[in-house]
Amino acid sequence: MKPPRFDYHAPASVDEAVALLVRYGGDAKVLAGGQSLMPMLNFRLARPAALVDVNRIPVLAYVREDDGTVAFGAMTRQRTIEFSPVVARRLPLLHEATRWVGHLPIRSRGTIGGSIAHADPSAEYPAVLTALEGEVVVQGPRGRRTLRPAELFETYLTTSLAPDELLVEVRLPAMAAGAGYAFEEFARRHGDFAIVGIAAMVVRDGARCSVARLASAGAGPVPVRLRAAEQILERDGLGETAIEAAAARAAELVSPDSDVHASADYRRHLTRVLTARAVKRAVDRSR
Amino acid sequence: MASRPWIGRSVPRVEDGRLLTGRGTFIDDHPPVANLCHAAIVRSPHAHARVLGYDVAAALAMEGVVGVVTGADVAQACKPFGVGVTAPVHYYPTAIDRVRFVGEPVAVVVARDRYLAEDAAEAVGVDYEVLPAVVDPEKALEPDAPILHDKVGTNLAGHRRLVYGDPDRAFAEADVVVRERFKFPKYGSTPIETYGVIARWDPIDGVLTVWSNFMGPFIMHPLVARVLQLPENRLRFIVPSDIGGSFGIKSSIYPYLALMGLTAMKLGVPVKWIEDRREHLLASSSGTDRVAWREVAARRDGTVLGMRFKWYDNVGGYIRSPEPGCSFRPTGNFVGPYRFEHLEVDASVVMTNKSLTGPNRGYACGHLYFETERMMDLLAERLGIDPVEIRRRNLIPADSFPYRTPTGGLYDSGDYEATLDRALAVAKYDELRREQAEARATGRHVGIGLALAVDPSVSNMGYVATALDPQFRAKPEYLPKSGAVDAATVKIDPLGRVIAILGTTPQGQGHQTIVSQIVADELGLEPRDVTVVDEMDTFTRVWSISSGTYSSRFGSIGTSAVALAARKLKAKLLAYAAHLMDVPVEELEFRDGGVHRRVGKGAAYSIKDLAGRAHWNTESLPDGMEPGLQATAVFGFTVAKSVDAQDRVNSSNTYGFIAEVMAVEVDLDTASIKILRYVTVHDAGTIINPMIVEGQIYGGALHGLGGALYEELAYDDDGQLLTGTFMDYLVPTATEAPEIEIEHVVSPSPLTTLGSKGLGESSSMTVPAVIANAVSDALKPLGIGITELPMTPTRLHELIRAARARRSSP
Repeated sequence: MKPPRFDYHAPASVDEAVALLVRYGGDAKVLAGGQSLMPMLNFRLARPAALVDVNRIPVLAYVREDDGTVAFGAMTRQRTIEFSPVVARRLPLLHEATRWVGHLPIRSRGTIGGSIAHADPSAEYPAVLTALEGEVVVQGPRGRRTLRPAELFETYLTTSLAPDELLVEVRLPAMAAGAGYAFEEFARRHGDFAIVGIAAMVVRDGARCSVARLASAGAGPVPVRLRAAEQILERDGLGETAIEAAAARAAELVSPDSDVHASADYRRHLTRVLTARAVKRAVDRSR
Repeated sequence: MASRPWIGRSVPRVEDGRLLTGRGTFIDDHPPVANLCHAAIVRSPHAHARVLGYDVAAALAMEGVVGVVTGADVAQACKPFGVGVTAPVHYYPTAIDRVRFVGEPVAVVVARDRYLAEDAAEAVGVDYEVLPAVVDPEKALEPDAPILHDKVGTNLAGHRRLVYGDPDRAFAEADVVVRERFKFPKYGSTPIETYGVIARWDPIDGVLTVWSNFMGPFIMHPLVARVLQLPENRLRFIVPSDIGGSFGIKSSIYPYLALMGLTAMKLGVPVKWIEDRREHLLASSSGTDRVAWREVAARRDGTVLGMRFKWYDNVGGYIRSPEPGCSFRPTGNFVGPYRFEHLEVDASVVMTNKSLTGPNRGYACGHLYFETERMMDLLAERLGIDPVEIRRRNLIPADSFPYRTPTGGLYDSGDYEATLDRALAVAKYDELRREQAEARATGRHVGIGLALAVDPSVSNMGYVATALDPQFRAKPEYLPKSGAVDAATVKIDPLGRVIAILGTTPQGQGHQTIVSQIVADELGLEPRDVTVVDEMDTFTRVWSISSGTYSSRFGSIGTSAVALAARKLKAKLLAYAAHLMDVPVEELEFRDGGVHRRVGKGAAYSIKDLAGRAHWNTESLPDGMEPGLQATAVFGFTVAKSVDAQDRVNSSNTYGFIAEVMAVEVDLDTASIKILRYVTVHDAGTIINPMIVEGQIYGGALHGLGGALYEELAYDDDGQLLTGTFMDYLVPTATEAPEIEIEHVVSPSPLTTLGSKGLGESSSMTVPAVIANAVSDALKPLGIGITELPMTPTRLHELIRAARARRSSP
């Protein structure tokens, strides 16, 4: 479990990092927190000619609230997000989801940009990005562009980022005051990638639900925005029957695969169970 | 009886300071050997294939490469390992003409460092002709199954039908017969430190020195010597003082000792190989997966009359010694804690295209008790008797110890009913049942399980021959095997300091602490006054075939040897003092670290004083007394006899007992299991250090929990390993650990010097049973009984779904 030989670069700026990505023409890998990349190198599953280590670009680590949006530098550690007062106040769903990310040592190294760019469909952050209709900013030799989750996630571990593009920022719209939220997850052990996770947010308007947001993790090759299930809640309200109907609909919207941890059927079943639990908890929390 | 101020106390571990501050000496920290080169192993990507040839030219041309050893070199230089069956299975340190499991070594590349070695390993070309694979032991015995070993002609490595008493009559006379089929998964131990070997060949002396984290049994030393065709006294095994866990797995490192030894001899450089985690999961060792068919015959009142065991044990691509211990290691305790006399065992040992197996904590007792304890619950259910009551009616009574089991075991001591009662009292069993009834009334699925187990320690080498036919064993040229021995030396230096020397290869069990407690008690010292050296070296230590730390030996046999060595030395000091004081030795006694008159006042000699005089002035010794202050004791069990013509064998030497109660709740929606209560009561005789014992119980319980819920070396039908990383092979962590309520009952062993028994495997053998019983009890309203482990959420979900479908369709 030793990686094959590779070049190592630690640029000090984003421009320098992008220039290196261009130079290696798709044969370089960006090293962020290294929680997935390092094992892949050691297993020789990833064999890049070079690593571009972006840990020494200080401007890539920040949490900024601006005009109803919270922006995260790609290199913001999960541990920072876990304890960020801005996140606790404006994005409590992200805060709750962070508690499900790996273990303390993993969160201490892992970054929000790394988790999203790695695009493991079982990870928590891609699901939150999807549920909250966030976006990512990527920078390449042709400048910057912004991608929505549906444009970003293609399939397992694959995004639409070009090989010479670097994910530099993650933007999430701040949650409405009083919005209810919950992140429900089932994993075989604490800290494992989700077998299924559900991110939920509801905004209540009296007995009605004005906004429902639902996304799944682990139930298919990409995080799935469960729009048709949201619509049931927005149409029929937040009573038990509507929640069960939305949960049943959610299970139809996902296309999970079987693997060594769980069968597709069990994942579909969990999608229903966890959607119902997440919505109920979100409703209880909403004001 | 002498006072024992230290035995029985939770003395802090001598080892912890160095281990917790990163100062241990593990194989990878081993002092440098000059010009050390590093090995990477080329392994088969195929489960079953012919090896047509090797192309090593590209690898040899790469940077830093010293040389390559292939299966062709191994075939030329080595003899195959001896195997425990008569079938002609030829097992070498690498594949020779055929690979039989994914990960089987086919070549070794040696380079200046491990990175370069791994680069070059990728460049070794091996020409394979892929063959169909079989991984399921039942399919492997079907007529059209691919045959792994042409010379054997079948995938059955061995088969024995053992009959004790008259099982046919017991079944004919029974009021009720219960039958069930079980599956037990293949899982290992994943010690934090993987295998590691350093081999150096000295062509001048003709000595091959092999450092490794091998844990014994040292019967593997002559085995490796034979494979390498070296005289035994030219093969030196050294084991550093620290091994990072093993749980049985590191007894199976020995093929690599031969492989790295050969590589060092062939390439003329010292070679180091540290197994990485991928190699470990892929190809080190594990317990067997088993398919079992069980039958129990009983009277209407619940009295068990007899049992039938039938199983297929899957040993993987070859049968690697000490297998088929998977089938026969528990022979003496096949009946567990129950007093029935009639038993039939139909054991098939099957080879398939999976990795190889060997001892894994509890060595097949996890399998045995999972099946037996599930059967006791099924019988209780059939007869409408409480699971506690049915066990109580069948327990071996307290007044019948030592108890000879029908299979030849000699249970040395115990009070099974008192231990069961203790577990029920701690768990508040009746209250638990009331709580369960309340929970059920509100739609919750709460269940209570029990498990009882006889916990065997110190294997008798003789059990291995149970695998052989009695006719074969009756041949004059057959040499029987038996025994379990351990040695220790205690010495006093010229200024009175005490050193105890062992060669027991501990893997974290705390032998230094335990020995310091024992010697302190024997010599009237404090543990910190005793230095304990535990580094194995076959050239300098006193050892024998059965030496090593496995089979929960040390607490039973190692402690006996240490206490006896200290007593020998004490006797010598007394005799010497009697001579100095010119009084009869009977008038003297040893206390408070010195020799005193039994009655009255008068001069006393401290150990320091006696040591000084004895070392510095040998003229002061009485006539005939051997100079020097050291004593070596070799302790051996006389109850360890070879297997008899009726296949009876006392397969262990001391036998503890475990009684457990567990309460669980199953969430039907997520198909997950939550442990609400877990009580475990042990009888391991005299307890030397309760803290160490508690650690062993926790570790054993979590190991069992791994097999019950999480861990499985799972393969697809083509023989590819599906759980080859820690992302997929799930080991329970601290977060998954339940709170464990531990208590003890003490029935000292009459066979050991201190009355102690082993306890290292402990609850690893009961947790699969107790949690399966608890989950089955929880799901009884749905008609679900657990017969297969691990109980993964997906499997449980399937059972729940099928049960609900049965309910809804009339």
